Amino acid sequence: MTDTSTNKNNGQDQVLNNDKVQDNDKVQKKDKDRRKIKSAKKMRDIMTTYYLDAMTARENNKKVAWITSGGPVEPLIAMDIIPVYPENHGAMIGASKMGEDLCLKAEDMGYSTDLCSYARADISCAVVNGGPIGGLPKPDMLVCCTNICGTVLKWYEIQARYFNVPLFILDTPMCHTEYSPEIATYVRRQINEYIAFLETQTQKKFDHDKMVKVGRLALKGQKLWQKILNTTAHKPSPMSAFDSFFFLALIVTLRGTQIAVDFYQDLALEMEDRIQKGISIVPLEKYRLLWDNLPVWYQLKWLSNKFSDHNACLVADTYTSAWCSAIQYIDEDNFLDSMAEAYTRIYLNIGVDQMADQVLDMIKFYDVDGFVMHSNRSCKPYSFGQMDIMKIVREKANIPVVMLEADMVDPRNFSLSQAETRIDAFMEIIKQKG
Amino acid sequence: MKEIVPFHNAVQDPGALAVNIKSRSKKIIGYMCSYAPEELIHAAGFHPMRLFSSKSDISLAEKHLQAYCCSLVRGVLEDSLAGRLDFLDGTVFPHTCDSIQRLSDIWRLNTNYGFFADVVMPSKLNTQSARAYMKQVLEKFKKDLEKAIGRSISDEDLGKSISLFNGIRKNLARIYELKSKNPGIINGADLYAVIKGSMLMDRDALSDLLKDLVHALESKETVPFQGKRLILSGSVCDMPDIYSLMETSGGCVVADDLCTGQRWFDGQIPENLSPMEALTDRYALRAVCPAKHSGNTNRGEHIVNLAENHRADGVIFALLKFCDPHSFDYPYMKEFLDKAGIKSLHLELDDQQQGLGQLSTRLETFISMI
Repeated sequence: MTDTSTNKNNGQDQVLNNDKVQDNDKVQKKDKDRRKIKSAKKMRDIMTTYYLDAMTARENNKKVAWITSGGPVEPLIAMDIIPVYPENHGAMIGASKMGEDLCLKAEDMGYSTDLCSYARADISCAVVNGGPIGGLPKPDMLVCCTNICGTVLKWYEIQARYFNVPLFILDTPMCHTEYSPEIATYVRRQINEYIAFLETQTQKKFDHDKMVKVGRLALKGQKLWQKILNTTAHKPSPMSAFDSFFFLALIVTLRGTQIAVDFYQDLALEMEDRIQKGISIVPLEKYRLLWDNLPVWYQLKWLSNKFSDHNACLVADTYTSAWCSAIQYIDEDNFLDSMAEAYTRIYLNIGVDQMADQVLDMIKFYDVDGFVMHSNRSCKPYSFGQMDIMKIVREKANIPVVMLEADMVDPRNFSLSQAETRIDAFMEIIKQKG
Repeated sequence: MKEIVPFHNAVQDPGALAVNIKSRSKKIIGYMCSYAPEELIHAAGFHPMRLFSSKSDISLAEKHLQAYCCSLVRGVLEDSLAGRLDFLDGTVFPHTCDSIQRLSDIWRLNTNYGFFADVVMPSKLNTQSARAYMKQVLEKFKKDLEKAIGRSISDEDLGKSISLFNGIRKNLARIYELKSKNPGIINGADLYAVIKGSMLMDRDALSDLLKDLVHALESKETVPFQGKRLILSGSVCDMPDIYSLMETSGGCVVADDLCTGQRWFDGQIPENLSPMEALTDRYALRAVCPAKHSGNTNRGEHIVNLAENHRADGVIFALLKFCDPHSFDYPYMKEFLDKAGIKSLHLELDDQQQGLGQLSTRLETFISMI
């Protein structure tokens, strides 16, 4: 008897508990929906349309150029050439967790496992037409800008051989300590060569009037992107670096178009609105962090939850801000001339000490409590020098720094348990300090 | 052969060699890349000295460079931080790979040898604008050197240096030519010492030593070589064991595509042109390093030509682990060789490894198979 009644009671409790859990779930879901960034859907739609356009370029008599993420896209837009970004594709491959398979396929082709995982994934994908969208549309030409690394030079040579298409290289010498007059002259001359190259490829005269318009739109887009990133200086932050990683796609791929400008205008408004309504991305934001290097694409969700569980928000990052880091050099009335400097003096193409200065500025501007560095096996120019930046940050900003060993696309170079231990220990220090 | 002895001495103890050079009140400028314009360094009165890793354990460099940085870059930084390069009066970093570019920053922030220069050469070489830029960069470097020494470098000074280096290059090329004709004439360990020593030793003294060596080799009698003729391809091959192991397995190096080899001493600089023009052409037109662009198939064609010209039986890619430019080029160069019917082997090396270990079995098998 007693046993039965107890069971009965237990059963009732269970029902009550279930109700509570369901109520809780509802509250949580409502809260989650409230915090969701509404522009995300529109962005997905734009990207889908963009990829469809690129996939059907041939049927529409349009040419496709593959271009590096730091490359000068504006002249392509002005010439009505569809730019396609193997690096953006690499990010998609990573986020859809297809990186390991494609990297392995590249290794079977003879490419070392130590090479950049974007490059490995793209090189094999071109051959097997794999990945989340069944491969990229074939290029009519390749445009490679060396401002982000020497890897793209080799990667684009490989694709130029594979697709047997012309390759244009915009060589932007590294500004270790200065943007010298020699560099300025050299890069400016190459902008002319670039335009001549595009004229040859399209058999069309370069449209300088359209270029002016595209240049203005590009600058406008970059300023809007900067404005959006700046909103995270607000406490609590309306979005996090994980959102920037996602919303970045347009400033990379559709820079210089009205589409990007319109979208970012709306996104900026949404961020303002969130700030006014007090909607933060991390429910109980208590700690604010800065992220360095590319995202770990296949662990975004885990990392985002991990930091959120610690009531920490990655409010900014050095990666997505790179697409507006050279705004100061752009002259919208003289876009082609100023382009040389803007494309040469980007974040990765400067000395480690200048990079550290920019990091210190960001730490101050976003008022962060800690610095998370992704030591990215795939990206040597980004990762080598990080330890010196770490030392400078510790000394000058006096905030805790943690380094996570990973790779942007290849999950074999990431240990979840090690990352977890490091993040927990790092957050412990921040909490003690705070 | 007694003519080889000074080269072995130099290689065995570069530190002692440096002290010796300094005792003659010469200042030393170190560099890590075969694009360093040695002629200018020499014309400024400095001794240009290529830096190799002493292959000591890495501990201090751990605090600056992650483990996925190549052993050469980490090793040289370790040597610097441990004080083993205190003989340096300066360093110069030409544009090379991503790793060396970042090393330049780390070096600038953490060492203090006096003179420091980045010679940010173009990474593409096959356009007019790149050539013009290359010339400007060399002129800028010349000015930097002039500022350091407090006097100008005359065309005559530079002309003399160019002439000296032409002589060195000519004699090194002659030694390689003799070796290809008659592989038994000089063994691999000796050849390694000659080439590495040539990057370390006082160039004026070297010039005489090489003349003597060529003379000795030209009058040397040898038995015809019956083994396998091989080509080494890669960046820095700082592993004498590879040469001797090839020989014990019945092979021999007859040519190379290394920056510690033919890519470094490739070609002559015309002495009847303006020296800066001539120098520019030399660095723009020499056998290209994979960190630079000079056409999409340039290196593939070069390795096939090299193999055919030297009647090679096989090519050994001796690539440093984590060396991106070479690793990216390997599959297509292999493909070019495959198409030409030339066998190749890929070895992944690490400066830190002691001896060749399991690589030796692969090398032996390869040589016996071709």
